[in-house]
Amino acid sequence: MTKTFLCALLAAASSLLAQDMPQFRWENFTTAQGLPDNRVYSVCADGDRVWAGTDNGLALYENGKWKSFTTADGLTHRAVLSLALDKQTHDLWIATMGGLSRYSAGRFDSFTQLNSGLPNDVVYGVAVQGDYLWVATAAGGGRRNLRTGEWSLYNERNTPMYEIWTYGVSAASDKVYYAVWGGGVLEYDVKTERWKDYNDPDGENEIVLYKDQGLIHEITTSVSYAGGILWAATYFGASRYDGRNWRNFLDKDSGLPSNFLNQVKTLDGNHVWFSTDKGLAYFDGERWAVWRPALDTHAPEMLVRDANGVVSHLAVETAPAHHYIFGVDFQGDDLWVATAKGVSHGVLIKTKGQSQ
Amino acid sequence: MMRPHAIALALLAAAASHGATAGKAIRYPSPDDLALSLDGSRLYVVCGGSDELLAIDRATNAVAARVSVGRLPRGVAVSPDGSRIYVANSWSDNISEIDAATMRVVRKLPAGFEPTGVALDGQGKFLYIANRIGGDVSVIDLATGTEERRLVAGRGASWLASSADGSQIYVTHIYPNIRQFRTQPESEITEIDTASRRVVSRLPLHNVGGVFHVALSKDGRLGIAAQMRPKNLIPLAHVEHGWAFGNSLAVFGEDAGGVVQLPLDAIEDYFSLPFGVAISPDRSKAYISASGTNEIAILDVRKLAAAAKSPDAARLANDLSAASRYVLARVPVGRNPRSVVLSRDGGTLYVSNRLDDTVSVLDTARGEVTATIPLGGPAELTAERRGERLFYSSRYAFGNQFGCANCHLDATIDGLSWDLEPDGFGVDIVDNRSLEEIADTAPFKWNGQNPDLQTECGPRTERFFFRSAGFRGDDLEDLVSFIKSIPLRPNRYRLPDGELTPAQERGKAIFNRTMRKDGTPIPDEVQCFVCHAGPHYTNQQLADVGTGRTTDRSPEIDIPHLTNVAYSAPYLHDGAARSLEEIWTVFNPNDKHGVTNDLSKDELNDLIEYLKTI
Repeated sequence: MTKTFLCALLAAASSLLAQDMPQFRWENFTTAQGLPDNRVYSVCADGDRVWAGTDNGLALYENGKWKSFTTADGLTHRAVLSLALDKQTHDLWIATMGGLSRYSAGRFDSFTQLNSGLPNDVVYGVAVQGDYLWVATAAGGGRRNLRTGEWSLYNERNTPMYEIWTYGVSAASDKVYYAVWGGGVLEYDVKTERWKDYNDPDGENEIVLYKDQGLIHEITTSVSYAGGILWAATYFGASRYDGRNWRNFLDKDSGLPSNFLNQVKTLDGNHVWFSTDKGLAYFDGERWAVWRPALDTHAPEMLVRDANGVVSHLAVETAPAHHYIFGVDFQGDDLWVATAKGVSHGVLIKTKGQSQ
Repeated sequence: MMRPHAIALALLAAAASHGATAGKAIRYPSPDDLALSLDGSRLYVVCGGSDELLAIDRATNAVAARVSVGRLPRGVAVSPDGSRIYVANSWSDNISEIDAATMRVVRKLPAGFEPTGVALDGQGKFLYIANRIGGDVSVIDLATGTEERRLVAGRGASWLASSADGSQIYVTHIYPNIRQFRTQPESEITEIDTASRRVVSRLPLHNVGGVFHVALSKDGRLGIAAQMRPKNLIPLAHVEHGWAFGNSLAVFGEDAGGVVQLPLDAIEDYFSLPFGVAISPDRSKAYISASGTNEIAILDVRKLAAAAKSPDAARLANDLSAASRYVLARVPVGRNPRSVVLSRDGGTLYVSNRLDDTVSVLDTARGEVTATIPLGGPAELTAERRGERLFYSSRYAFGNQFGCANCHLDATIDGLSWDLEPDGFGVDIVDNRSLEEIADTAPFKWNGQNPDLQTECGPRTERFFFRSAGFRGDDLEDLVSFIKSIPLRPNRYRLPDGELTPAQERGKAIFNRTMRKDGTPIPDEVQCFVCHAGPHYTNQQLADVGTGRTTDRSPEIDIPHLTNVAYSAPYLHDGAARSLEEIWTVFNPNDKHGVTNDLSKDELNDLIEYLKTI
């Protein structure tokens, strides 16, 4: 009797704590609402507008409607993998499977490996920092000086990059990080202009021998750097690095719903969003939350894992369009999510003490 | 026999060049952009030849003050409170901020590559600079004097105009945006919202290459930009049909119902190189300068707007009878009229006559020039100055349709490839080549058939270009003197100390290499520095670099000079390569145009970084 009562008390307390986590009402958009394709690889919010990069073109959500842009409009390739907004000019940089495009107030300009200094036409990642554009391509990284047009390429010849398949890039004023697919993480120090690589101390083993002693795995897919904290996503878990110490996260000992991560994103280093193949996850430094259609019933689901590892299910009425998540971006308190079955808009349900 | 001082004068004259050449004995003021002081008492005149800003006292029509600015100033704007004047120094890559009360330079502000035009927002907090070589707009925070951001504009961004309330700024560009080979030129008017300091729209100008000044009506409902419609996709054999250039306007805004192109030409009486634009405060009239035919067109704005909204508006752009609907008069002014500015009451129009060193004063009520203000230019005319007048004149072409400067805009390029052959439909398509410092680069023409500039620019121009008259005798010698005097623009890619960056150094080594990466020798004829030799990077020979087409009469082309090659896209003899990269990534499959197929992408990038410095 007492034991049952204690369990019930713990569960109730956990449920109360869970309700402090952000909760969203999800609105989902597919081709039925005007998207050019349901496979959405990236999203990017620009004020009231939202861009979505799909397998079949670029889409813009504005004033409640989606508008599509294709190669006929000047987009360099139909498959849009990554998006980056120049916050100064509000030009959009578009990484595609066939080059890089810039959208500026109605005009597309194309940059390819044939007509420009772009390292390779398969562009996985793009980021803007100040006067520089950074790209992650299948043949290394590149930087374009947005004022002079000069390209600088980064590959095995001038960096410690032993694998040139760069998959993601995160640029800040002091550091630039590359996620190198099969090659760990590469760091560029803006001040010293020096490169440094971070690799899995276990090598390419898929077992973790030295947890928290370095990067969790060599197959990195995404990096996000803010507030002096680096987050790295891999296909085998996530890593956090504060400049001195590593901390790794696996599904078995964290709230990650999967070790297969497509993207990691943080605005301050301490609140982190993970796009996984089993849902959208959030970590606030102690607790975890996951949003998805349940993997079995497909019913809307929100899971919360507290600091003690107790997982509770919150009753929710909506969920992202699909559990396979490619990416996320922020629009004020709201989320926009790229999924394998359309775009999802997470409208924050404001309750006491809640904010992201 | 010549007296000694006469000989000295003659030598001085011979040494002199066109207004842009600094450091020569004779410098012509070459007035360009104009602006009025806030109280209307002064007319500010930018003099590109003497590197000055002049203040004309409007009461006396005399120069009241002058101030030295940077090299080759081109644009001027006055702050909303009238206290500051901003001058764009196109060869110094900066802006002179001048105290209007003392006429002294108080600050130098940064800019991009070749700043050409300037404008301010309504509060005078931010300065907008059109950078021609950069193809962008610098936004300067005047509180800090720093560049806050750089906005993408059209290729060759050059002129700006703000709306009456300063909430919008419109930007035009002199070269069409880079497009696919042999497709119609496309340009734009870039619209900037000054509250957000962002580009909010780009008004498309189809079939347009070369857009000049732009003006907005006071109520903001109508905009007018001067422009050209080059007919470069068809042979230049139909000048008599008006198929060389359409000198025209882009009319836009609410009262135009969108963007509509309307001609200024009339049958056998073309209005060549439309340049300056002003709209009267009561928006009854508009004034456009023709810098090739030396006149001002006075337009009825109500009729112009009506034409823009007429059912047949879309087809009027090529209608040589359309201009009679809205052009009230064409008034002769001085040579090479550039900017125009109206007094606050709209009663007086000022016109800068660049190649006369004067300003025309036009009484708008009478529609007549009532005075001409001399700006103190030298009395004697050098051969180069006479030649420059010929270069910018359209009087040699059938119906005054065009002159040298229609293609060589501001003595540069137009970014287009042309079909110049009289019997060809697509035979020998040629890219428009740069004229900077070409005196010692003979032979000329892409097939190298013209041994000197006298042949290149002489009587053949009558047959191949103008269909009316060609340059001969003294005129030809003067024209050649001017062309030979066209200087190199400053190279923006070299470090200030002349040193090369590491990437440029690596590129230089590739340019000068004699061995492939595998250690095998590169044949002499495909070593970069063998053909591109000497101070201008040409050995002045012919070569077949594998870019000839079946429509070319010969695969052998004149090896071009490479100085300032970074500025002159597109490339190759026919302009097929849109960028330096494409010369080798697309058009050099067999290593006939230098050995480049063993280079990695970063090595090719290094080569290009070096080429940009020469």
